[in-house]
Amino acid sequence: MNKLRSNYIYFGVVLIGLVYIIRLLQIQVLDDKYVNIAERISLRKQTVYPQRGLIFDRNKKLIVYNDPVYDLMVSVPIRLKGIDTAAFCQLLQIERKEFDTRLAKAKRASYRGKSVFKKNVANLLYARVQERLFEFNGFFFEIRQDRNYKYNSAAHLLGYLGEVNRKQLKAQSEVYYEQGDFNGKKGVERFYEKELRGVKGEEYFYVDKFGVSRGSYKEGKLDKEAIDGNNLLLSIDIALQQYGEKLLDNKMGSVVAIEPQTGEVLALISSPFYNPTKFNIQNRGKFYNMAINDPTKPIFNRAVSAPYPPGSTFKPVMALLGIEDGAITKNTHFGCQGYYRLGRRIIKCHGHTFSTSLQRSIASSCNTYYCNTFKNMMQLEKYENTEAAYNSWQTYLSSFGLGKKLGIDISGEYRGWLKDAAFYDKMHGAGRWNYARIISLSFGQGELGLTPLQIANIAASIANRGYYYTPHVVRQLENMESIPEKYLVKNYTMISPDNFGPVIEGMQEVTISGTASHIAIPGINIAGKTGTVQNPHGKNHSAYMAFAPVDNPKIAIAVVVEEAGYGSTWAAPIAHLMIERYLMGDSIGPSARVYLENKMIDSDLIPYKYKGLRNKSLYGE
Amino acid sequence: MESKSRIDTISLVLFVVIAAVGVASVYSATYELGAESILEGRSGKQLMWFGVSAAIGVIIFLLNANFFELFSMYFYVALMLLLVVVLGIGSDINGARSWIKIGSISIQPSEFAKYGTAFAVATLLSNIDFSWNRGKDLIKIATVILIPMGLIVLQGDTGSALVFLSFFLVFYREGLTPTILVIGLVAILVFVLTLVFTSLYFSCGTAVLFLIFHAFTYSNKKLLVPSLKILGIVVLFSLSVQFLFDNVLQKHQQKRIQVTLNLIEDNQGAGYNVNQSKIAIGSGGASGKGFLNGSHTKGNFIPEQETDFIFCTIGEEGGWIYSSLTIGLFMAFILRLYHLGNRAKKKFKRIFISSLASIIFFHVLVNVGMTIGLMPVIGIPLPLISYGGSSVLAFCIFILTALKMDASRDGDLVSAYA
Repeated sequence: MNKLRSNYIYFGVVLIGLVYIIRLLQIQVLDDKYVNIAERISLRKQTVYPQRGLIFDRNKKLIVYNDPVYDLMVSVPIRLKGIDTAAFCQLLQIERKEFDTRLAKAKRASYRGKSVFKKNVANLLYARVQERLFEFNGFFFEIRQDRNYKYNSAAHLLGYLGEVNRKQLKAQSEVYYEQGDFNGKKGVERFYEKELRGVKGEEYFYVDKFGVSRGSYKEGKLDKEAIDGNNLLLSIDIALQQYGEKLLDNKMGSVVAIEPQTGEVLALISSPFYNPTKFNIQNRGKFYNMAINDPTKPIFNRAVSAPYPPGSTFKPVMALLGIEDGAITKNTHFGCQGYYRLGRRIIKCHGHTFSTSLQRSIASSCNTYYCNTFKNMMQLEKYENTEAAYNSWQTYLSSFGLGKKLGIDISGEYRGWLKDAAFYDKMHGAGRWNYARIISLSFGQGELGLTPLQIANIAASIANRGYYYTPHVVRQLENMESIPEKYLVKNYTMISPDNFGPVIEGMQEVTISGTASHIAIPGINIAGKTGTVQNPHGKNHSAYMAFAPVDNPKIAIAVVVEEAGYGSTWAAPIAHLMIERYLMGDSIGPSARVYLENKMIDSDLIPYKYKGLRNKSLYGE
Repeated sequence: MESKSRIDTISLVLFVVIAAVGVASVYSATYELGAESILEGRSGKQLMWFGVSAAIGVIIFLLNANFFELFSMYFYVALMLLLVVVLGIGSDINGARSWIKIGSISIQPSEFAKYGTAFAVATLLSNIDFSWNRGKDLIKIATVILIPMGLIVLQGDTGSALVFLSFFLVFYREGLTPTILVIGLVAILVFVLTLVFTSLYFSCGTAVLFLIFHAFTYSNKKLLVPSLKILGIVVLFSLSVQFLFDNVLQKHQQKRIQVTLNLIEDNQGAGYNVNQSKIAIGSGGASGKGFLNGSHTKGNFIPEQETDFIFCTIGEEGGWIYSSLTIGLFMAFILRLYHLGNRAKKKFKRIFISSLASIIFFHVLVNVGMTIGLMPVIGIPLPLISYGGSSVLAFCIFILTALKMDASRDGDLVSAYA
């Protein structure tokens, strides 16, 4: 009896042992749910953010550098046992109510075991909180790189950073960005995002129940070091850029200056502008709406995005097309009585000698000459009809990069307006229109819109006598053998080099005896063309296109000042001052052209309707 | 040919190995990055208690073989007095008044009470006149058990009081009718089913079973009355369980039981410990995360992990291999102790040693069961492994006394096999 009972007990002990061992087998080996739960609870991934590449100007002056921003994070699941909430609120300078809402929000938005409690904590606050953070288990800082700027300049061109949006997160073919990461939103920051950003690193570690690190995971075998981004050397001359911005202050318009021999952009200005610092991660929240609500559109990059009718600055191109196509020769003269008659319509011209040569037509900006040229071109016998002639005209223009994106390395480039024959067929009916309908194209009005960049590129193509390099703002990319290939090839226009001579002569005369002779710069041989662009919405736009020196062009420039008046009054002086500044550099005396300079700087040409609607704090330091 | 019997090597080795596992586990469970050696901190203290135990063990082995049998009731009385004392001058730790402070060390008399009770039980049962059929004897034995249980419950440590139920295994072994064990098991079954299905559904279900049973045995009229009686008792019990559970048990006790039965999920409240404990053990996988590498135990996610939940450290860092090995060690040790009891020539020794085996068995059953979610949370230590001076010292003295009894068995006269 007892022996049996003793055996029952033996059996019971063994049975319980087996049951427990099987239960352990079940939860430890067969069911891997616990492994996942444990990792979710205690394994953390910390992203190590690389240094974003620095940005320099063409003379290696530092323009953009990094500035850390601190996000106050909280571990999730959130356990706040033993935290003196009142003291924490006081430290952060927030109300208890705000603390609760922030915490609730953080709980909802948790991502990989952590959540943002307060974004972009100010440096001073960071220093104060970090010191005492050990008292508040579960809270920690994540440091990311924001941008800061050496100069209050070049905001449009540089662009800005922002958080990766949901669409971009979804569209990634290879997952790199995570919610909350920054990437370039505009300008070169966006175009060279991949080169500038570097590669994020990762550190895996365990945390305890308060979210405090307990050491690395698998001795750091899975950790990845961050690779810093490449520095970027721009072709911009920051001194020239700043000078141009000074001249363009309180005006709406744009300046683009290109080095014709390379296609490098020397200055790219859009006015009104803003202080780039006001648009970094830390500040943009405060200034974005201000910028959006400003009717002068300070964040709109006019230099690459705004199409303007080129007006008379288009005439040199028309002359080149006329000669190349055989509509005129280098020696063609047209008579002008101060207007061009088209049936009952009259197109006015300016006062100048009765008979104009090609050169004089440019120097004195004769409308009649180009109406005749255009008429001849549209009626050339080699073309079957006006449509064919027009399409040929359009093809010539495309070879200058008009009507299409040039491919500059800045975001937001617009292709401009250049219609094809089909457009007029639709408008007037096929075969039911001729040159008379579109005569205003001949002097740069009508259905034609060029960005300041495109106008500057025309100047560069003429300076090069027939070709251009795609304009670009990159000069050198660290750790890259060369800049992108497409910036190293010549793009030829359809105009033969020989035909440029008389046109350039005419442009030279502009600054000697023509529309811009009053602001000639002694010692610099400038070829230019003024333009006064009719504007149905207000005063005429003042435009100018030039390059210099004529024999060895170093700079090609386009200036547009909106609603300002004659091209010779505003755009041309600004262009000449900039050319002089660039070519003579520091050798020009400070008082060389004080009057002209001051007139440009001090003039406020913002249209009256916008006055009082602008907020100056966007521009200031 | 009197051969001097020696200490049992197998159980000694198992004892030392389990103790070593214990010290290592406590070291790991309390390990801080870049911290002290195994000789410092809590593992050092644990080691010290094993040292003290060894010293006491030497004294035990120097004593006369009959010393314990002669003084057994004095042990019991002295330790019971200690339980009374603790009620008067004891200090509260975690809501239980079970500690006596002497200088810098705290002693928990309830751990030693098991030792004393084993003596009393062995004395009573080995009495030549003892009979399970005599009411006086039953009252005696019940008193001996209920005194420590009652005192410990008064201290507020229900878990430790429940340990005394393990003596029922000894009683069964010594001839107590199994009916009481069967009734106990049925009671537990009814209890569980009632909580799962509520007493109403349970009663209806039982009634249906009763009808089906009679449909097959309707010719046998004799079965009707007794089975009706059983049905009545079961239903009555089920109703009272429901009543007691709803009205007598406190909220946290109800929750603990419900969590164990998977009736509710409460991973942040009552079920937090068990859930975290399961996660820690479960995440150990087959071969574990390695010594000192348990991320979950190191992250302090489990409360009481160096005491009641020490098995988590073994499970997480050692994986299935080491956790089953530990279970195996305990089972081997328990079986070996039962065996030592069986081979004792004296009834007193047999009962004393099998009391020890049963108590260890109960501790392992409940403690490990709790960490893997098979038992409700009852705060009793894992013998020799959980951190705690009183527990270690009490178990060591208990075990060493048993080994001494076994070692000196050759001099004993063979007692009648009752």
